[in-house]
Amino acid sequence: MATVLTINGETKSFDAPPDMPLLWVLRDILGMTGTKFGCGIAQCGACTVHVDGKAVRSCVLPVSAVENRAVTTIEAVGNTPAGAKVQKAWLEAEVIQCGYCQSGQIMAAAALLAATPNPDDSDIDAAMAGNICRCGTYVRIREAIKQAANGRQS
Amino acid sequence: MNAHHSVSRRALLTGGLATGFLLAFHLPLRAAVNEPVQPRDTTDGRFAPNAFIRIDEAGRTVLIMPQVEMGQGTYTSISAVLAEELDADWSKVEVQHAPPDDKLYGNPTFGLQVTGNSNSIRAWWLPLRKAGATARAMLVQAAASQWGVEPASCTASKGEVAHAASGRKLGYGELALAAQGQTPPKDVAVKDPKDFVLIGQPLKRLDTPDKVNGKAIYGIDAILPNMKFATVAACPVFGGKVGKVDDSAAVKLPGVRKVVVLDDVVAVIGDHMWAAKKGLEALRIEWDEGPNAQITTKDIWDDLRKASQKDGAVAKSDGDIAKALASGEKFEAAYELPFLAHASMEPINATVHVKPDSCEIWTGTQIMTRVQSEAAKAAGLPIDKVIVNNHLLGGGFGRKLEPDMVIAAVKIAKQVDYPVKVVWTREEDIQHDVYRPVYRDQITASMVDGKVAGWKYKVAGSAVLARWLPPAFQKGIDIDAIDAAVDAPYDFANFHVEYVRAEPLSVPTGFWRGVGPNNNVFAVECAMDELARKAGKDPIAFRKSMLTKNPRMLAVLAQVAEKSGWGQKLPPRVGRGVCVQPSFASFIATVVEAEIDDFGEIALRRITSVVDTGIAVNPDTVKAQIEGGLIFGLTAAIYGEITIDKGRVQQSNFHDYRMMRINETPKIEVIVVKSGEAPGGIGEAGVNAGPPALRNAIYAATGVALRRLPIDRKLLAAGKKA
Repeated sequence: MATVLTINGETKSFDAPPDMPLLWVLRDILGMTGTKFGCGIAQCGACTVHVDGKAVRSCVLPVSAVENRAVTTIEAVGNTPAGAKVQKAWLEAEVIQCGYCQSGQIMAAAALLAATPNPDDSDIDAAMAGNICRCGTYVRIREAIKQAANGRQS
Repeated sequence: MNAHHSVSRRALLTGGLATGFLLAFHLPLRAAVNEPVQPRDTTDGRFAPNAFIRIDEAGRTVLIMPQVEMGQGTYTSISAVLAEELDADWSKVEVQHAPPDDKLYGNPTFGLQVTGNSNSIRAWWLPLRKAGATARAMLVQAAASQWGVEPASCTASKGEVAHAASGRKLGYGELALAAQGQTPPKDVAVKDPKDFVLIGQPLKRLDTPDKVNGKAIYGIDAILPNMKFATVAACPVFGGKVGKVDDSAAVKLPGVRKVVVLDDVVAVIGDHMWAAKKGLEALRIEWDEGPNAQITTKDIWDDLRKASQKDGAVAKSDGDIAKALASGEKFEAAYELPFLAHASMEPINATVHVKPDSCEIWTGTQIMTRVQSEAAKAAGLPIDKVIVNNHLLGGGFGRKLEPDMVIAAVKIAKQVDYPVKVVWTREEDIQHDVYRPVYRDQITASMVDGKVAGWKYKVAGSAVLARWLPPAFQKGIDIDAIDAAVDAPYDFANFHVEYVRAEPLSVPTGFWRGVGPNNNVFAVECAMDELARKAGKDPIAFRKSMLTKNPRMLAVLAQVAEKSGWGQKLPPRVGRGVCVQPSFASFIATVVEAEIDDFGEIALRRITSVVDTGIAVNPDTVKAQIEGGLIFGLTAAIYGEITIDKGRVQQSNFHDYRMMRINETPKIEVIVVKSGEAPGGIGEAGVNAGPPALRNAIYAATGVALRRLPIDRKLLAAGKKA
């Protein structure tokens, strides 16, 4: 029986085992490769997507758990006000190095700002500590979140 | 001093081909890069003056990247160097990955198409400037001949040639076809650095806009028609093989297509990664573990400590070391560094389609041509039948200087007629890495009048180069392992460096970001702090007294002292530690400030780094590389260790091979010094700085002189004495 999901506002229908993590549905069935595989055990955050606006780790989220819920991925987070601000701030602060973890960082930061428009350092730590960046861009991630929150224009 | 007793990597790499050093190794020679190397085909309307520049009639300027982008920002910096001399319109610049071709794109230092050793800008600085300037001269000639004026009366800027006297202008696109017909000038002049308009500017990176919206394509993102997905399990014991495989349960699972059994690896191919993973879990594999199944970390360290007692091959010997060590106050210490995994965020992967007469590969690699030749061997095809498509790398750090993942993927793909994307799980990636070797560095020194009078430094560890680039391993000396040992920044009148090759039992070793200088800078800077304390001197004042012949190092050290608040009073159990380093032809001084709680837990409070890298092509990239490099190195100091038991790696994922996270990251200030010197390397330098600076901060805060990494918290609990 086909699984039906709403991803980035579009209805997608496909065959997948119910226990298949959303990450692999996105990447390997739907060809949406912006969401990344990093660890497979919710330790690194590279696979972060939004489900009903909340940041979740898609590598451990069975696809059956998100039927009838709104999934947003990096490909469309720019259509949300917080996501657009975060993407802009990310480029202004030149956060990114290799960029592989940054889809997940941006999704986590966008969810943070949507819920907490003016986060302080401890809010940022709490929301972002689940996302590893091996290039070590943390200083700029913090700076960019603050820029996005302040809506600073370049 | 005997010439072959000073085989520093810097001598090798800065001298490069000119010294004949590499020639002696019979490395392949490359064509001069400023000569036209493409067929001078004018039919497609493109200007293609050399391997790096393509301008079409619309003025679209495509620059072809001989080095790979793995986060270090080199696509933007290389483009800036080319565009600077080309006087291109920066807003029209696009970049393309180069195909495998040592002749066109071989790194001038290595003669191979390799990205590593923080040398992209150093190696390509002049060749790319000449390539850009030659192309610019041809565009100017084309315009001048069209106008019937002297080329010297024309100027070029932002993608246009202008003739001021007549007010005429032509865009590079309009000139493309005519420029293609021009004869390239010989030995064109490059710009005076004072005329640079792009080099030295914090230009926005070209690769980042697609990295904020999921559009950037890494090797792991390759998608092909009819592609299937595979994941692998290798024998957990190094050197072991596959014994028996029972796939009866696996093949019944939905989505599982095929089980592939190779000599040392088992792969399951499925309709998606999930099916492949479930299939792999359902296999019953008996491994033939081979002779290494009982090896432990302790065995490896026992061997290394024993080997380090031997006399080594002498890499450098100035003055009379025996005499110098016989007098004065004696100091002796050994510093030990663990195995480390690379743990790039993008797990190793390769997508391969093998057909009867060809093999095509999609991956992200630091070694394009080696991947091509190794894939050809694995596929049983001639090299010219192997196509390699490179991608952005989700971190490289040296892991992707190896072709093993491509070789395995080719062997798997050979079993089927469709394309297969092979993705290693994080667990397989960590347990089947090529590891930063264990090192033991011994320093014996004597002090007279509060200064070092004799310095004997013996490095013992794996010779990565002997495997990776055999001709570079000469006279028993691994020039990587001793790189920053022979290039110590201090004036030591009697100075002696030795190397003992000691290969760890069964564990494969490889380059790891920061390479040899990681062990050297750590040992030298830890020893300098211990010597300063013996001499009763401030660590920075002590270093300064021996840097009088090194003005660039002295200047960054003085500046970091000022910017870091060095000498200002700190609370109990808070300390500042310094590191100076001469790595990759950059001069860097760093101060880490850290607090150690009563349980020995470490909180980083602040980091300050002053960097003289010569001309900083992109100063913001330099800052970013130091910021990130520091975190990379500090992660290793605080958490990093791969251990072995029963011949197996004991760590498996980020819960037990930990990374620093944002909540552990302090404020980092990086100051890039203005300099007119030739550019130095920067991608790895920050990695070297973090561990010794933190260790010295701990030494200042607690009095405990740590001599091993990672940092052992138990030694730092309150009440522990040095």
